[in-house]
Amino acid sequence: MPVAVSLRAREARAGLALVSPTVLIVLLVVVLPFLWTIVMSFQRLRLIDLQNVFDITLTLRNFQTVLGSADLWEMVRTTLVYSIGGTVLSVGAGLATALALRHRFPGRMIIRAFVLVPYVIPVVSAALVWRTLLNPQFGPVNVFGVDVLGWDRPVGFLSERFHRVELFGAGFDVPIALLTVIAFEAWKTFPLAFLFILARLQGLPRDLEEAARVDGATPLQRFRYVVAPQLSGVIALLVLLRFIWTFQNFNDVYLLTRGAAGTEVVAVQVYQYLVSRNDVGGAAALGLLMSVVLIIAFAVYYRYGVLKQESEV
Amino acid sequence: MASREVVETRVLGVARVLWLAFVLVACVLPLFYMLLLSVRPLQAVLQDPLGLPSLGELNLAAYRRVVASPDDGGYGLLSFFGNSLLVALGSVVATVLLSVLGAYAATRLRFPGKNVVNVSFFAVYMFPGIVMAIPLFVLFSRLGLRGELPALIVIYLASTVPVSVYMLRNYFRSIPQGLEDAAMVDGCNRAQVIVRIVLPLAMPAIAATSLYVFMIAWNEYLFALLFLLERRDNWTVSLGLAQLDDISVSATVLMAGSVLLTLPVVALFFAAERLLVEGLTAGAEKG
Repeated sequence: MPVAVSLRAREARAGLALVSPTVLIVLLVVVLPFLWTIVMSFQRLRLIDLQNVFDITLTLRNFQTVLGSADLWEMVRTTLVYSIGGTVLSVGAGLATALALRHRFPGRMIIRAFVLVPYVIPVVSAALVWRTLLNPQFGPVNVFGVDVLGWDRPVGFLSERFHRVELFGAGFDVPIALLTVIAFEAWKTFPLAFLFILARLQGLPRDLEEAARVDGATPLQRFRYVVAPQLSGVIALLVLLRFIWTFQNFNDVYLLTRGAAGTEVVAVQVYQYLVSRNDVGGAAALGLLMSVVLIIAFAVYYRYGVLKQESEV
Repeated sequence: MASREVVETRVLGVARVLWLAFVLVACVLPLFYMLLLSVRPLQAVLQDPLGLPSLGELNLAAYRRVVASPDDGGYGLLSFFGNSLLVALGSVVATVLLSVLGAYAATRLRFPGKNVVNVSFFAVYMFPGIVMAIPLFVLFSRLGLRGELPALIVIYLASTVPVSVYMLRNYFRSIPQGLEDAAMVDGCNRAQVIVRIVLPLAMPAIAATSLYVFMIAWNEYLFALLFLLERRDNWTVSLGLAQLDDISVSATVLMAGSVLLTLPVVALFFAAERLLVEGLTAGAEKG
């Protein structure tokens, strides 16, 4: 019998055998639960009476609750501002840092290592130290602002929804807490963008830029016309990944503000449905809507071929 | 006539130095402040928040406070280190084991459905944790597994295995296939090839992957919060420390706890920074 089995078939069998534990775990922990989420979003399910899990009476009530909630649009706006702002700042800072560290100089590797620190430290520590730094009573940022820069009063960076800023005689209401959580997100994640862009930069052939320089292109022109087009692939990928991760981010906002002061993003609200209101169906409905947005973002990117070159790697 | 080239070069040169200085301060200062506050008495901080401490006032009281067990008037952080370590190491072993097999199959073997597997891993990588949390929360509540550490390991395994397979796959590609063919000709079977040829050669990539998984598991907060909250004896350090913030513990104690939580990860990171960076960005230069 063994003679009849071709090498090719044995290879296929070995491949399936080796990959099956991984596929199985992903199926059990990610795919099936997601399908179940879809079902739950149409069930009336509260955490107290979980026996309803097998009740198959389907209802649209969860979607009515979620879409009819008074602060829906506020949450959508907050989430979008948070994810777009965080993405742009994170990738922008990553790009600037990668360009600044592109060429060799003494101490470059040490700087690179230190730049990665915000990305590797635990989010709980990072949030705690930001909360302490920005504390209105003794936080050094506020003490410095009031004592040295002459602010009228301390700024509640993580507790004020709006802070009035007078600039050139005009007053602006700055959404200070939202801006602070965006800054935190950018600070925590720009190292990853930096790493990927730097890796790409170091893989670029030098002769194109050299030719442009000889032809009289200035540094900015060389960046605009020679370097930037070659970075567009990796930047597009990073923008997609960062948007998807920031959009679903729970930890940062929850640890910094608990979603107060105009920072209640969708992930925090899903958590509130699940834990504070014990409304599993509502959480599932909102989570499902959230996944739909992400799937659309992913599909748009896929359609325009940004990911094709990546998946071929 | 060199004007524009010279002006741009100079302006960009200055901007570059200013930006690097800003980035370095932004990355290092919070850590430095964390360390500084953790060794100062709270009174001194409140009186002079911006001042550098005098040598005489430095002490480790905040550390003693945060690690001591609640019976001794402390906050019991020490007892959570065992849980964090167990979860992190458990996740590393499970993930590396599975992803070595998966990555080997994905690089070396042809089998039906291979592309579907590769693409779906990429999708899992981006799947929202909070959405995944809802059904798992319900499921583990029903099974009575909420609060158990192995449940957490399974979740970390599922969420880190796609990236781990990706990292290892890139490395396996760089190992010449000829070595394995030669071993096969000499009579090794598939398992022996993996254990004797591939594993030793892939050690750097395995180390990088382990480090990545360890960090994710050690730092994780959302699932620990959802699953362990009611079981204080099973809390991880991240969860324990975040809970302290809720009961208005003094800032110096919080910073001492943060230092203890951060130290293992930062130490590991600086020990193996090169490996990790190469592992994570392998393949990125082609993008």
